[in-house]
Amino acid sequence: MMTRTAPGFIKSNPQLTRKGELKHLLTIEGLPRTIVNHLLDTAEQFVGVADGEIKKLPLLQGKSVFNLFFENSTRTRTTFEIAAKRLSADVLNLNINASSTSKGESLLDTIRNLSAMQADLFVVRHAQSGAPYLIAQHCAPHVHVINAGDGRHAHPTQGLLDMYTIRHYKKDFRGLTVAIVGDILHSRVARSDIHALTTLGVPEIRAIGPRTLLPEGLEQLGVKVFHEMDAGLRGVDVIIMLRLQNERMSGACLPSAQEYFKSYGLTPERLALAAPDAIVMHPRPINRGVEIESSVADGVQSVILDQVTFGIAVRMAVMSVVAGARA
Amino acid sequence: MKLHIKGGRLLLPAGPVATNAAPPAHAECHADVFIADGLIAAIGSAPAGFQADRVLDASGLCVAPGLVDLSARLREPGNEYKATLASELAAALAGGVTSLVCPPDTNPVLDEPGLVDMLKFRTQQLRQAHVYPLGALTVGLEGTTISAMRQLTEAGCIGFSQAEVPIIDTQVLWRALQYASTYGYTVWLRAQDPYLSRGGVAASGAVASRLGLPGIPAAAETIALHTILELVRITGARVHLPHLSSAGGIELVRTAKRDGLPISCDVTINHLHLIDADIAYFDAQYRLDPPLRTQRDRDAIRAGLLDGTIDAICSDHTPLDDDQKMLPFGEAAPGASGLELLLSLTVKWAQEARVPLAQALAYVTRAPAAVLGLRSAGRLESGAPADLCLFDPHAYWTVEPDALRSQGRNTPFNGYELPVRVRATLLGGHVAFEQTWQ
Repeated sequence: MMTRTAPGFIKSNPQLTRKGELKHLLTIEGLPRTIVNHLLDTAEQFVGVADGEIKKLPLLQGKSVFNLFFENSTRTRTTFEIAAKRLSADVLNLNINASSTSKGESLLDTIRNLSAMQADLFVVRHAQSGAPYLIAQHCAPHVHVINAGDGRHAHPTQGLLDMYTIRHYKKDFRGLTVAIVGDILHSRVARSDIHALTTLGVPEIRAIGPRTLLPEGLEQLGVKVFHEMDAGLRGVDVIIMLRLQNERMSGACLPSAQEYFKSYGLTPERLALAAPDAIVMHPRPINRGVEIESSVADGVQSVILDQVTFGIAVRMAVMSVVAGARA
Repeated sequence: MKLHIKGGRLLLPAGPVATNAAPPAHAECHADVFIADGLIAAIGSAPAGFQADRVLDASGLCVAPGLVDLSARLREPGNEYKATLASELAAALAGGVTSLVCPPDTNPVLDEPGLVDMLKFRTQQLRQAHVYPLGALTVGLEGTTISAMRQLTEAGCIGFSQAEVPIIDTQVLWRALQYASTYGYTVWLRAQDPYLSRGGVAASGAVASRLGLPGIPAAAETIALHTILELVRITGARVHLPHLSSAGGIELVRTAKRDGLPISCDVTINHLHLIDADIAYFDAQYRLDPPLRTQRDRDAIRAGLLDGTIDAICSDHTPLDDDQKMLPFGEAAPGASGLELLLSLTVKWAQEARVPLAQALAYVTRAPAAVLGLRSAGRLESGAPADLCLFDPHAYWTVEPDALRSQGRNTPFNGYELPVRVRATLLGGHVAFEQTWQ
């Protein structure tokens, strides 16, 4: 019989070592629940670090973290930078779209050059889905890769900080109903949230939006699809609003920002349809008046600023679990 | 040079060719083959006074017509850094391919008789496989001005094609088909709507959604097919549809053939075996054009071969250099090297689908020769050119990209263990490729 003997590319989950330890963080899909919980537990230990007298932990002392941003994002890059510095790592920020690639240097050449500079950890943001996989496959064996957002594919640290926020307020994932609202088609955050929620045992995940913003086969990821905001929000415990990119507000997918807000904007009236203690989340930056009304974004049920605070602790946790000295 | 091929098992994909819902006929027998003056002089017993210069012991081997590949990019002129005529034609012979069709998307595009003359001259000098170029259907493949089809035909073009570049203006497509049909030329059209496929890098569906890869819906193929088939109906042009990929597309062709439209079609070895889920973790070797579709589509391809809807299997050989594949999935160039895998992957399918070997061989010999209207290729009979392939039907080999003769080491079948190995390829009665065997 014919068998595949030695496939050229890793077909098993490339972010785990043979022993099942987390070597890279590329996606939440396929991560065991124990690892996800371990990351969240570790983050919990770090949440207080900034408030305490000692703002720095020596867990990544002597290690070099390279922030490789092939796509601009000051916000995400800054949180990774702060997280790395609190773990005592040396941090180098590189905006690569501006330098090498415009000179024709290939992605892998860039990676090889940087590996030669004794990097220990690459934090990668790239416009192409899957780019961090290519880097993880070709970087030096001692280097770890953290995906800080790739195309439409994944944004696992955002997914984890969303889970941390939900756990903080809701304690238990079992029994929750979570709604994700908006442009899921183009959203890496939505994909990572869906995988994380599924992994943590959330029984009902809803996606709300027009069919132009929902990817084909979404139900196969374990999601219930709604096209009406009111029906989709009824009784939910968590609302995750997604950012609508400016370039998508008017075109083939949507007629206008106004019509979008009328259909899917989160207003106090709509929020009232959710469970009374429902929390409102958003990965930022927010388009006020497009996907969410200011009074809701700044209201008592909004936990958007907590997400930012937890984001640093979660990124510290990811870096220390992936690259820190193993006990 | 007189050759005597002794004791082989002859695969004879002869008889009527698949046109309407009839799989190619086939037969096989054990017999000796006698070759003289570049032709098959006799099968069975030697002609009177035949004195062989060389006897090839083919015991344990299959003797088949040389393969006819409907799509192989040779990268000349213009892309010699990716591959050269010499390297790719050597790869063809190593794969048992003695005739191949090359698309016009070279650099410059094959839209002038002089370029075609040059290509024919270069390939004839190499004496490695017959090359049948497709001329560009429109100048520069730009879809605005039809090319000088009569002069290109005189120069040696076997048909006309837009390669992977669709004609956006339907009026131009209509006129191009009218013009070609005036002189009975065959037009090759990849069915892919340019708007629905814009920006897409994988087939729309659950896999692309999960990976966050922009999708190309199956409707990109079926909508383009509707347009093409309607234009075939009104112009009567003879059209070949390369690389069908979707169940819906194959069903449309099935119906159109039943209606008697003058069309033929092929599928690639990649789509015969692989599906979108094989992309796994963004492996760029699986970035192909058309994209790999679902299991259901692959099942439809296999069924379409057996019921005669699909005429032929081709390699869609597209050699690329490493730099074009060592990129994020969406930025990697689409395509796979395939000349050396065509025979083995066809036989692998035949084994899985329990298709007799001689019948399976017809899809890569007799049937593609019929698509091209070549009387001389794809036959194993007295008087036919001695373009033959001798292979070991019991051998297995493991695909190792670095061991390929093609300069394109890009293959999604890396590490696959595949059946049958070519031992010798004869071109015009000469042993053009030979691998020592016991």
